[in-house]
Amino acid sequence: MNGLDDLKAKYLGGIAAAKDEVALEELRLAAVGKKGEVALMMRGLGKMTPEERQVAGPAFNALKNEINSALTAKKAGLADAALNERLQSEWIDVSLAGRPRREGTIHPVSQVTEEVIAIFADLGFAVAEGPQIESDHYNFDALNIAPEHPARQEHDTFYMHRDAGDNRPPHVLRTHTSPVQIRYMEKHGVPCRIICPGRVYRADYDQTHTPMFHQYEGLCIDKNVSMANLKWVLEEFCRAFFGIDDIELRFRASHFPFTEPSAEVDIRCSWDNGQLKLGEGDDWMEILGSGMVHPKVLAAAGVDPEEYQGFAFGMGIDRIAMLKYGIPDLRAFFDSDLRWLKHYGFAALDVPTMHGGISR
Amino acid sequence: MKFTLSWLKAHLETDAPLDDILYALTDLGLEVEEVINPMDTLAAFTVAYVKSAEKHPDADRLNVCQVETGKGVQQIICGAPNARAGIHVVLASPGVYVPGIDTTIGVGKIRGIESFGMMASEREMELSDEHDGIIELKGEPEVGSRFVDYLAEHSPDKIDPVIDIAITPNRPDALGVRGIARDLAARGIGTLKPMPVADVKGTFKSDIGVTIDGDVLEKGCPLFTGRLIKGVKNGPSPAWLQARLRAIGLRPISTLVDITNLFTFEYNRPLHVFDADKVAGDLRVHYAQGGEVLQALDEKEYTFDAGMMAISDDNGVESIAGIMGGMPSGCSDVTVNVFVESAYWDPITTAKAGRKLKINSDARYRFERGVDPAFTPEGLDLACAMILELCGGEVSKMVVAGAVPDVSRQYKLDTDRVQSLVGMSIDPADQVATLEALGFTVEGDQVTPPTWRPDVLGSADLVEEIARVASLTKLVGVPLPRTSVGVAKPILTPMQKREAMARRTVAALGYNECVTYSFIDQASAAMFGGGSDAVKIGNPISSDMSHMRPSLLPGLLAAAARNQARGFADMALFEVGPVFQGGEPDEQELIATGLLVGYTGPRDPHGARRAVDVFDAKADAEAVLSAIGAPAKLMVLRDVNDWWHPGRSGKLSLGPKNVLAGFGELHPKVLKEMGVKGPAVAFAVHIAKPPFPKNKGTTRPALKISDLQAVDRDFAFVVDAKVDALTLLNAAKGADKALIADASVFDQFTGDKAEAQMGEGKKSLAITVRLQPKGATLTDKDIEAVSAKIIAKVEKATGGVLRG
Repeated sequence: MNGLDDLKAKYLGGIAAAKDEVALEELRLAAVGKKGEVALMMRGLGKMTPEERQVAGPAFNALKNEINSALTAKKAGLADAALNERLQSEWIDVSLAGRPRREGTIHPVSQVTEEVIAIFADLGFAVAEGPQIESDHYNFDALNIAPEHPARQEHDTFYMHRDAGDNRPPHVLRTHTSPVQIRYMEKHGVPCRIICPGRVYRADYDQTHTPMFHQYEGLCIDKNVSMANLKWVLEEFCRAFFGIDDIELRFRASHFPFTEPSAEVDIRCSWDNGQLKLGEGDDWMEILGSGMVHPKVLAAAGVDPEEYQGFAFGMGIDRIAMLKYGIPDLRAFFDSDLRWLKHYGFAALDVPTMHGGISR
Repeated sequence: MKFTLSWLKAHLETDAPLDDILYALTDLGLEVEEVINPMDTLAAFTVAYVKSAEKHPDADRLNVCQVETGKGVQQIICGAPNARAGIHVVLASPGVYVPGIDTTIGVGKIRGIESFGMMASEREMELSDEHDGIIELKGEPEVGSRFVDYLAEHSPDKIDPVIDIAITPNRPDALGVRGIARDLAARGIGTLKPMPVADVKGTFKSDIGVTIDGDVLEKGCPLFTGRLIKGVKNGPSPAWLQARLRAIGLRPISTLVDITNLFTFEYNRPLHVFDADKVAGDLRVHYAQGGEVLQALDEKEYTFDAGMMAISDDNGVESIAGIMGGMPSGCSDVTVNVFVESAYWDPITTAKAGRKLKINSDARYRFERGVDPAFTPEGLDLACAMILELCGGEVSKMVVAGAVPDVSRQYKLDTDRVQSLVGMSIDPADQVATLEALGFTVEGDQVTPPTWRPDVLGSADLVEEIARVASLTKLVGVPLPRTSVGVAKPILTPMQKREAMARRTVAALGYNECVTYSFIDQASAAMFGGGSDAVKIGNPISSDMSHMRPSLLPGLLAAAARNQARGFADMALFEVGPVFQGGEPDEQELIATGLLVGYTGPRDPHGARRAVDVFDAKADAEAVLSAIGAPAKLMVLRDVNDWWHPGRSGKLSLGPKNVLAGFGELHPKVLKEMGVKGPAVAFAVHIAKPPFPKNKGTTRPALKISDLQAVDRDFAFVVDAKVDALTLLNAAKGADKALIADASVFDQFTGDKAEAQMGEGKKSLAITVRLQPKGATLTDKDIEAVSAKIIAKVEKATGGVLRG
């Protein structure tokens, strides 16, 4: 049987050394093809004695299987090598940038407005809106600001043009979001809890003022709502909005025609190298105006001031956005500089929620 | 409102430290805006003694002084001409900040010789403009002691703190030092000193009489009082009076004028002094006819409008009543006979005239907020007493026209309501005590406000007084109960949700949100269908912001132009905001507008970059509409507004009237006007217009999915070039509504080559149609049948033919 061993060594060696599929096919034909050496040997089995056959048969088969396995394995090996070679040749520079994709942003005013809405929704406040070109009545009279009241002059009001012959008082660009209080109470009555965010306008333009900015108004009317409730609501809001637990607010007597008593509200803060920190330090920064709704305002909105009372407050949205996110210049809010929009903007899917968090 | 601490203490008996007073002021609603306290700024300056002074070897004008200081003898170089041995001086040691030269002193070398500090002049400490030499102190002050203590002893007015407070419009009484003192006394910071009593006895009848016209007497000027003082000697006022006025930023003029200014700020009682020798005949208070001209004390000429109040004599108008006196009858240093006016001018009439004439005087400021009418004669007498004291002379009997108006009124005090409103427990007795301390009269539950509080007009005002004096700082927050038990309900309206959804959808499409001004210039507004007088602002802040915008596009295009000027050519900007079709409150609409300019992105190695086109804008408009729940099937209309490219823009509409969105390429003329380098495409979605769903249920219709294989069949048609693809697709879809699941255009062949092949004015549209069998698998025969129907329908609807 030495012949078998030689045969095996010859073919396995040949397969191992084969360079490509063509060489491999030649070896297959030469070994196990119809006219191959192994096949020819197997044909010789018929001439053997049964005893001889019993030995030679399995040996031939084993040889055949061994060669076939070697062929298969080698074939796979060659294919892998060929694939590897191809893949190596397909190298590209993956350090190149991906295909450009625009990334949109949400303006800080919109984001912060949604933050405010989320917090007040938790306290049961709905959102109300009103027109920005507003009648003299809703912007002033109904809010207890009589025509010659000095407070009117302090509002730096924009007046709309009136045609000659139209003797109505000119409409105004609303100077605050407070008219929405009246409109809402007239339409929906009381008790109510609302916030009214939106654009407001004052004829003032300098380092810290723009002729348009954003405010939101809070209004809560019921039978027993007190100024102490107002303080709590504002404290809770500031804690949630600024994400600082030890916020401290200070109420300071002031005057607004539409609230009585009125208070300006300061927040405890520190200035350290021009860096503002809330909730610590010895400074106080004014952040909003507030008070108990004046009985005349309630009456103007058709609410009985003998039965109902409540609070109102107004806060600058741009201002609290600047405080919270460290945005230095109000005027840049309305300049639409792409670099600013991208730097201070928020991701499209970054919706502020109470469960996911208010701050970014 | 500025005043000094010593001035305040003229009315308030108190030992309270300055800081306590400042805190109380702010807490009471008299917000402290600024305090200048020399005690603080000059605290580090000390007294020193010059032992010797030798000429500097290398400088003619400098002296090398050996100075005895609190820390031993120091060498100091000094250039002052009066620096010499034997004088007591004021020393700024190294490390001390010197306000007048805005410098912190260091150890220096001057021409080679070391110097350990500086001897100061008055100007260097901002005490006066005196800078001829260093201060020489009187007497034998202790070396090393604080200079401010020396000042306190020798010239206390120089270390008098100046306090500036903001006065809210409701508090005219606090526009006088006495009113501020009264507030502080009510708070418990000291005691209000008694009001000085003027003992003025007129010895003769005034040569100048006063009348008030009947119509003026009714409203504009119910009371005018005056006295003539003969034989006064005018001239510079005494030092204390000058110091008081200087401290609050007023320039002393003459005793007579200074006294009127003093009363303005001390008692909120503006006065006017006429030079009696320049007044012809009697004075008459009347409404101007209009056209009268007066040179006022500010040396400007003013022309009266009809209805403004004037004081005239036989020569004509002499004073703008309640606002400013006139030059012709004004007092001067040579005035010998003076007529002093104290009148009550109505706030509204004064405010109107002041605003119209654009005069901001201290008198106008006070009269339009409301002075104390009852104090009119009293104030006159106090002032006359001071004139007699300082200028001498003889005073006439009082001239009175009209009478003190009756402003008495009563309001109910509900002490329980006070506590319920404020949410703070305040003893009813304390409530009454507070009101009384502020000058209110309390009888039972009826309260009469004092005559100096025109702002108190109801019970609610009483609450405010009590609360602010009690201090709102003490207010402790009390939780606001929840409105309902359990999980909070959503609060946004469908429209509010829609707005937020539209905004975040556009941002997700890669646009950067802008917030642009609601007002734009007239030309831009006109270009976008607006700019009429109805939306014009009467008093715009600039011509760039004169009209309410009819569209968000001008604002976004202007923003694009600004960004291009900064070197950013490509961008995607959007805004969700109001536009104004007219000037009435209900003519406002919320729009979402996106603007794409330039290329889809920066240049890249992948060849992905291309110019933006109308189909980008259309796709984005459709994405927004889909996000806010608009129906999927919309008409595409072509009759677009002027600012769009007439051939490359359209409107998405629900029926012919209800346009939900516009999209397209902007008109090149518009881009040119706005200074934007194109291409630029845009969309605008009317987000309130798609109908809101009526069905409130959450259940969706069952999903029907067929297990049978769908079949795609492609067709190409040759049609006229202007046939809309949508018409063709709708025809194809209509061929068998049960079987055809979808149809879409996958290729179009247009242009010269297409026309060469298919004939002039023709194009080819290739569509793919998806057939979804429901009952049984489609046979070739089925497919052929439906194909024939599709071809027939399309050919009928478009006049085209199947492309061979």
